[in-house]
Amino acid sequence: MNDSIYRLRQLCVRHAGSRPDTPCVLKDLDLDVARGEQIVIIGPSGAGKTTLLSALALAHQPDAGSFEAFGGRPWQLTSSERHALRRRIFLAPQAPPLPPRQRVVTAVLAGKLPQWSLWQAIKSLVYPRQAVLAYAALEVFNLGEKLFARVDRLSGGERQRVSLARLLVADAEVLLVDEPLSALDPRLARHTLARLQQEAARRGATLICSLHQIELAHAQFARIIGMRDGRLQFDCPRAEVTQAMLATLYAGTDEEAFGVEQPEVEIADARCR
Amino acid sequence: MNSLKSRLPMPAAADGSGRFRDPAWRRRLSWTLLGLVLAWPLLVATQFKPWQLFDATSLDATLKFLATFLPPALQPGFLLEILKAAWITIAIATAGLSLALLLAIPLTLIATTRLSISRIGRARMNALPFVIRQCARWVLVILRSVPELVFALLFVRIVGLGPTAGVLALTLAYAGLAAKVFAEIIESNEGEAAEALLQNGAGRLQALLYGVLPGCATELVSYTVYRWECAIRGSVIMGMVGAGGLGQQLDTSMKMLNGGEVATILTVFVALVALADVLSARLRRTMA
Amino acid sequence: MSINASALAPRSTLLPGTVVLVSAIALLILGSFWTLDLQVAALLSADGLAKLREFARGFAPPDLSPKFLNRVAVGAFETLAMSALGTVLAAIVGLLLALPASRITAPWLRQGARLVLNLLRSIPELVWAALLVIAAGLGPFPGTLALAIHTAGVLGRLFADTLENLPPAPAEALRINGVSPAAVFLYAKLPQAAPQFLSYVLYRWENNIRAATVLGVVGAGGLGQLLYFYLSLFQMEQVATVVLAMLALVVMVDTMSYFARQKMTS
Repeated sequence: MNDSIYRLRQLCVRHAGSRPDTPCVLKDLDLDVARGEQIVIIGPSGAGKTTLLSALALAHQPDAGSFEAFGGRPWQLTSSERHALRRRIFLAPQAPPLPPRQRVVTAVLAGKLPQWSLWQAIKSLVYPRQAVLAYAALEVFNLGEKLFARVDRLSGGERQRVSLARLLVADAEVLLVDEPLSALDPRLARHTLARLQQEAARRGATLICSLHQIELAHAQFARIIGMRDGRLQFDCPRAEVTQAMLATLYAGTDEEAFGVEQPEVEIADARCR
Repeated sequence: MNSLKSRLPMPAAADGSGRFRDPAWRRRLSWTLLGLVLAWPLLVATQFKPWQLFDATSLDATLKFLATFLPPALQPGFLLEILKAAWITIAIATAGLSLALLLAIPLTLIATTRLSISRIGRARMNALPFVIRQCARWVLVILRSVPELVFALLFVRIVGLGPTAGVLALTLAYAGLAAKVFAEIIESNEGEAAEALLQNGAGRLQALLYGVLPGCATELVSYTVYRWECAIRGSVIMGMVGAGGLGQQLDTSMKMLNGGEVATILTVFVALVALADVLSARLRRTMA
Repeated sequence: MSINASALAPRSTLLPGTVVLVSAIALLILGSFWTLDLQVAALLSADGLAKLREFARGFAPPDLSPKFLNRVAVGAFETLAMSALGTVLAAIVGLLLALPASRITAPWLRQGARLVLNLLRSIPELVWAALLVIAAGLGPFPGTLALAIHTAGVLGRLFADTLENLPPAPAEALRINGVSPAAVFLYAKLPQAAPQFLSYVLYRWENNIRAATVLGVVGAGGLGQLLYFYLSLFQMEQVATVVLAMLALVVMVDTMSYFARQKMTS
């Protein structure tokens, strides 16, 4: 079993449909991800975190550079082979992508669709036989009682957790999560993130998560990637990430980094591999 | 997720074995069964037997008829007839709609409460105006609900075959529809301008022209243009019962099972409708 | 100080384009009336009005004998059935056609499907009915098919436009996770679009009940066939009953549709 999940070299990604002379959103990206790793991506708004996750989810064809996933080059496969590859990856977007009038059980079980045949998908719509799966996934985030509720009757935070429950139900090897905690209060956020990481570790799945809460990111993840203006500023183990590095990352932006003092002098970027 | 904690609190819908009963299932099942039960008499009443289309005699008749569609009838004499009929169809639609609008204006004035003089300063109108308004509204409901083809049939009996029947039918049917929409548009806008004019002694017509219309003009014109498109389609349909134009030609050709002529007429009709579509879209865009 | 009155007068806001447009419309209207040479004058003359009164008097009293009412009731139910079944079939066929007609990623397929839909809806129900009577004989069956075919074109177009204008996030999220297009439709697009679809279907049923009442004129069954029959025999009391039945049917369906739509939005 190939242990390298992703191998990116000098990757350049533009917005979909941009002309070739527009600047890249992601620039000169080098990244290696091994199986089972848990990585967090932090950085100010507009740094390109969402674009990076999209690219890793095979949603966004890179415009330049080398992109390898699961030991192969996905963008040189045929369209259907690539689509088959997508089943091994699960991307949970920032805003919960749930149809308003759908019930939670159906929304969560939609995570199983890549593994189901069309006939199974139709049967589940008529009667959700695997509701137990959905219930267990929802219970990880303390949401089991909402199993048969309608999505539009839930609060923002509840919808976010339903989206994560869908991720748990899916059988993907790579879990890409974009800002999963934005609608949750700090205590619930910490609990949710911890459960998410537990589940990923239990399955041996690779977890790549983007977060705004720097303190949480630093506390929970062994490997931290800092992005700014589409570039990787640093890619380090937790122990080597200093306050100064964090300050530089957010320097000059409007964001307030948790407990980080702005340095008087600009410190040069430190890159770890 | 293969491991379940054994002490999960189960929501009410769980049965003893740990599986979940779908609470919506019973409701869905009943509605589906109801639908199936209702479907049966519908299928019987409409004599819905699709296999009849494919039995020997009807298949023979169908194929023979379809075979006559090509080549379409393109003789210059016939084409000229058809183009004249197309113009007559447009004329019926235009004349009918114009008269309908003419009729709709007084009907709207009577029916809408915006222009009630006896209501100024009080919440309710006097009894007589109220009764008249209700009657006007009921007349409009009737005019709207009777299909225009029925009007056409009746008028063909009264004034004989030809475009006059079609024009009169369109007038009555569309006056009802137009009056309703006019009233709704008027009542959806603020009524202060009209009320102010009425309170200062203006007549109802003046209140309409200066108080109400300026605000709604675009919507009203937009609706009129849409109605014109509908009128063209309607006048072809009425032509099939003898009200002239393309519809009457179509009826004649179909009765003679002349597929070639039918093909030509249908093509001209579809082109006419597409043209009206484009014209009306452009018109609405220049007015916006 | 004298006030220049002409400077205070409102300037004319007529653009040359508007003038041309208004003149063209006026020309169209005048031309129409002139071509048609309507005999409205004859209609409104004393003689004409007398004829009209005579005609109207023939309607009263409408024939309410039990035997005839029975026939009318059967015809009314036939018409109702035609409109309901035709609308349901149209919804199914329309949805099937709307799927290719909304695939922006396959332009040829999309254009082809939309062409078919436009063709179906351009030809009025009555014309379809007249054509189908040749293939299927007289009776309510060709009427149902005619309604289904025409309405499939209308609904298919409406459904396709709705599908194309949906918020893309739910469908995109499923697609990017490797779900097949059919399942994406069932689990994301259909739940999003379903309320709008139902609304369109109910609205078309209101339209179809009116259309169904008159399809009988070309032999396609229902109240229309009764109307045509008694009208050609000049039996106006029976005609009056049939017209009243048509009105009642239309009002009934309008009301049911209104309440159904209220219930959906609650």
